[in-house]
Amino acid sequence: MNFMASKQPENSLLGPEADSQRTLYPYVTGTSVVALKYKDGILMAADMGGSYGSTLRYKSVERMKSIGKHSLLGASGEISDFQEILRYLDELILYDNMWDDGNSLGPKEVHNYLTRVMYNRRNKFNPLWNSLVLGGVKNGQKYLGTVSMIGVNFEDNHVATGFGNHLARPILRQEWHENLSYEDGVRLLEKCMRVLLYRDRSAINKLQIAKITEEGTTISRPYSLKTYWEFSAFANPAQGAVGTW
Amino acid sequence: MFRNQYDTDVTTWSPAGRLFQVEYAMEAVKQGSAAIGLRSKTHIVLGCVNKANSELSSHQKKIFKVDDHIGVAIAGLTADGRVLSRYMRNECINYSFTYESPLPVGRLVVQLADKAQVCTQRSWKRPYGVGLLVAGLDESGAHLYYNCPSGNYFEYQAFAIGSRSQAAKTYLERRFENFADSSRDDLVKDALMAIRETLQGETLKSSICTVAVVGVGEPFHILDLETVQQMIDAFEIVGEQEGPAAEPDAAAAADQGGSTEEGVAPMDI
Repeated sequence: MNFMASKQPENSLLGPEADSQRTLYPYVTGTSVVALKYKDGILMAADMGGSYGSTLRYKSVERMKSIGKHSLLGASGEISDFQEILRYLDELILYDNMWDDGNSLGPKEVHNYLTRVMYNRRNKFNPLWNSLVLGGVKNGQKYLGTVSMIGVNFEDNHVATGFGNHLARPILRQEWHENLSYEDGVRLLEKCMRVLLYRDRSAINKLQIAKITEEGTTISRPYSLKTYWEFSAFANPAQGAVGTW
Repeated sequence: MFRNQYDTDVTTWSPAGRLFQVEYAMEAVKQGSAAIGLRSKTHIVLGCVNKANSELSSHQKKIFKVDDHIGVAIAGLTADGRVLSRYMRNECINYSFTYESPLPVGRLVVQLADKAQVCTQRSWKRPYGVGLLVAGLDESGAHLYYNCPSGNYFEYQAFAIGSRSQAAKTYLERRFENFADSSRDDLVKDALMAIRETLQGETLKSSICTVAVVGVGEPFHILDLETVQQMIDAFEIVGEQEGPAAEPDAAAAADQGGSTEEGVAPMDI
């Protein structure tokens, strides 16, 4: 009796030779993105850092981009994969515009498209190593959602990626409410970003805040947050931990 | 129309610049049983005449639900219509899956028209022998389109296709200006009246016609026999001739066959 030795088909992505064909680990990464719904639309914040492992190598990386007329995309994770996603979306919006028929893809449609892309890549063991935040307004309806590299997606009134989930979301759960004014929204986001700056070592003090409303998108110029290092807890940090630096 | 030496292949032009196979395909639509459509700002109603071949058989399905927001009525080769409906359903469901949003009718109609056009430019294919009245809702409101075997499509406030459709068209032409603001029930009533026009005196009853509605807050569905019969009875449509009885005879002759003798290409409608 013949037993066929089972082995991977030649074109699969598993097995030693194929590792050069798929993403195994990220190289240049962005850290948290935080976003919330406010009265007129969505506010989103992200710093401009691109880390190369533990080195803060690139400090002018724009991690938020506007998509079509109605959406705004923020990404953390591998920067080159984010650029790839922007190319996919560019093509998507182009074909949408080419119909020239008064219909346009709104934030909900873009979010679901991205979910399909991320999940399908995950199924092929070749993920786009990003956590994405997609926000926008269309016909007065505000939309804010997120997709992870494994295709987990959901919508909420406030979302965050990476460390933002652990440090920013609790603040937002306490202090977010319906119909925040623009100033209050920005203040809330800055509060979150400041905590992230103190506690996330891949965060840098150079950030942008983006706003999207029915009228369109504005991404602020890069700026820095004021920080306070005179907390007594920060003085003599090695006190309780011998040998630390 | 008469046979000529340019009508064997769809890929052969006549010297007058006509594709006879495509025109013959449109003839097939004219021979099918009537289908009508009309719309207001918020609703679209599709109706068709459903005659069974014999008392023993059931009638053919001529109205198809394509998605919650789109439906289609066909006239002509129903087999071709069924295949195209399956294509439309597929397109809608794929779009819904990817974007979690309904496919805009305008785009579906263009895709359908492009599919029909391919069959007018391949020597190994033939044009679809079916006309489709596509009714659908999208962001910009209620729409009614007519897709032709030629690959053309047009948007209408109201339209009728198939045999004796001229009678229905005449009725609709007189009334269409009021449709935009009609209530849903008035629209259904107008559809039933238009169907009745194509019956040329035969009694209108729910067993020989099918009516379907789609509108804002109302997914596409075919009305059941009791509801339709109730509406017919309520509007006292049965057996009444309204006046345009004289017109259909003259118009019907012009409708079938068309003025194609002299090398003038017929309009799609």
